[in-house]
Amino acid sequence: MAVRQTPSGPDWRARTPRGALLLWLGWLAAVALTAWCWFVMTETTIWAFVYDAPRQAADIGSRMVPPRLDYLPELWRPLWDTINIATLGTAAGVVIATPIAFLAARNTTPSLLVLRPIALFIIVASRSINSLIWALLLVSIVGPGLLAGVIAIALRSIGFVGKLLYEAIEETDVSQVEAIEATGASSRQVLAFGIWPQVAPAFWAISVFRWDINIRESTVLGLVGAGGIGLQLQNSLNTLAWPQVTVILLLILATVLVSEWISAKVRRAII
Amino acid sequence: MSDYPTHWRRPPQILKHPVWRPIIQIGIVAYLILALSTLEVDWLRVWDGLDRGWRFVEGFLTPDFTSRWRDISEGLVESLTMTVTSTVVGIALSIPFGVGAAGNIAPAPVYFVCRAVIAVSRSLQEVIIAIFFVAMFGFGPFAGFVTLAFATIGFLAKLLAEAIEEIDMAQVEAVRASGGSWLQVVNYAVEPQVTPRLIGLSLYRLDINFRESAVIGIVGAGGIGATLNTAIDRYEHDSAGAILLIIIAIVMLAEYLSGHVRKWVQ
Repeated sequence: MAVRQTPSGPDWRARTPRGALLLWLGWLAAVALTAWCWFVMTETTIWAFVYDAPRQAADIGSRMVPPRLDYLPELWRPLWDTINIATLGTAAGVVIATPIAFLAARNTTPSLLVLRPIALFIIVASRSINSLIWALLLVSIVGPGLLAGVIAIALRSIGFVGKLLYEAIEETDVSQVEAIEATGASSRQVLAFGIWPQVAPAFWAISVFRWDINIRESTVLGLVGAGGIGLQLQNSLNTLAWPQVTVILLLILATVLVSEWISAKVRRAII
Repeated sequence: MSDYPTHWRRPPQILKHPVWRPIIQIGIVAYLILALSTLEVDWLRVWDGLDRGWRFVEGFLTPDFTSRWRDISEGLVESLTMTVTSTVVGIALSIPFGVGAAGNIAPAPVYFVCRAVIAVSRSLQEVIIAIFFVAMFGFGPFAGFVTLAFATIGFLAKLLAEAIEEIDMAQVEAVRASGGSWLQVVNYAVEPQVTPRLIGLSLYRLDINFRESAVIGIVGAGGIGATLNTAIDRYEHDSAGAILLIIIAIVMLAEYLSGHVRKWVQ
């Protein structure tokens, strides 16, 4: 708060002149950066296509209705595959992420200088690469199909589960660990009886939460050939079968809503 | 003297119900067997691919930044500019939607419209939205920009609405009692309470938008993802490794910086 004395009494301002100037300069820099980015980005844009967009949208919209509902029976198998990709991928990811989380947590890591940075790097690398990119790499390595999808989901889940789990481990109550230690327990017993019971609810909640996200992500993995319902979506898009696209999108929407509901329900039951 | 147990078994922690516990455990095992049996792995193909996988690892360890630098830098510039513009436009759009979707300050009809927009934006994957916008706006970063801006609304407006619903209503009442209009209530009672959170969320979304910009290129919406897709299709593993390392480095940097800014704001 800045007060300036003027002939007609004190003048109250929210900021000092210096603060106001800095704020104004900050806004100016932000606006300039955005405008500059806009010009660089739209350099290659063909504006005729952009102006044409409403007409294109209306065109696609009119092709998408009515949805071809008799296509639905062909989708049950890909849907089952999609759910399997998400579930198996989550399970594999959680299994790999748990030891990494214990290595990354400050209070359980066996070596602060070597193993902890490595574990943290694995977590960051896994988190910063989207599962679709993992799938792109894996399709080229293990070939198209469900396996690539499962591994892609697992690799992406390691970072997410690892990060949330190691934060949960670091937040555990020390007194319980000390109590177990005081009974002469080995370090393995301390982990099993002092730390694990404290993080178990978080562990299950994180796993279910990631499973819910993975269901969402595995619906599009097929776009790069990693199996599931995305494969059908890609085929329908390539053949411009828009009524089929509508059915697939509605099915994806329904699946996502159901998985979100299950995950919310389970998490409420656990915590 | 009564038998005193010499062994202690830990009681079940999560599933405590004596009937449901075995049923759920057996169900999980049955599902795993069923799901694994549908996997249909072509082990010969996997064996062949291991060689290629190793070359990816080699490419990752000896990244080649130079030979495709023109493509990489072009993709990177597209991704970064797309991230900035879409985040700014996304924030500008999500503030009215967020205010409209807050039950405590918006009238009911506005509330339902805004909640519907948010629900649509949230329920569809960025990649699927990108497919449609590429079909509408043509290939290139403009489609990516529209996609990310649209996806930002769902994320930011929802969290902003939740933040507004959690504010201290005493300040709202105080401004109302002094005769403030609705606009003045939002400006003087609501805005100061949610701004720190909005800044934090915006930075977080900037981070997410960059990550997503690396993905939507796969379906033709421009950015580094398109470059990466091309590199993998050409089997240029060292260039692909370089691109992945750049993505990881930028994400780490963004996370580090946004963490600092958030600490400084709050």
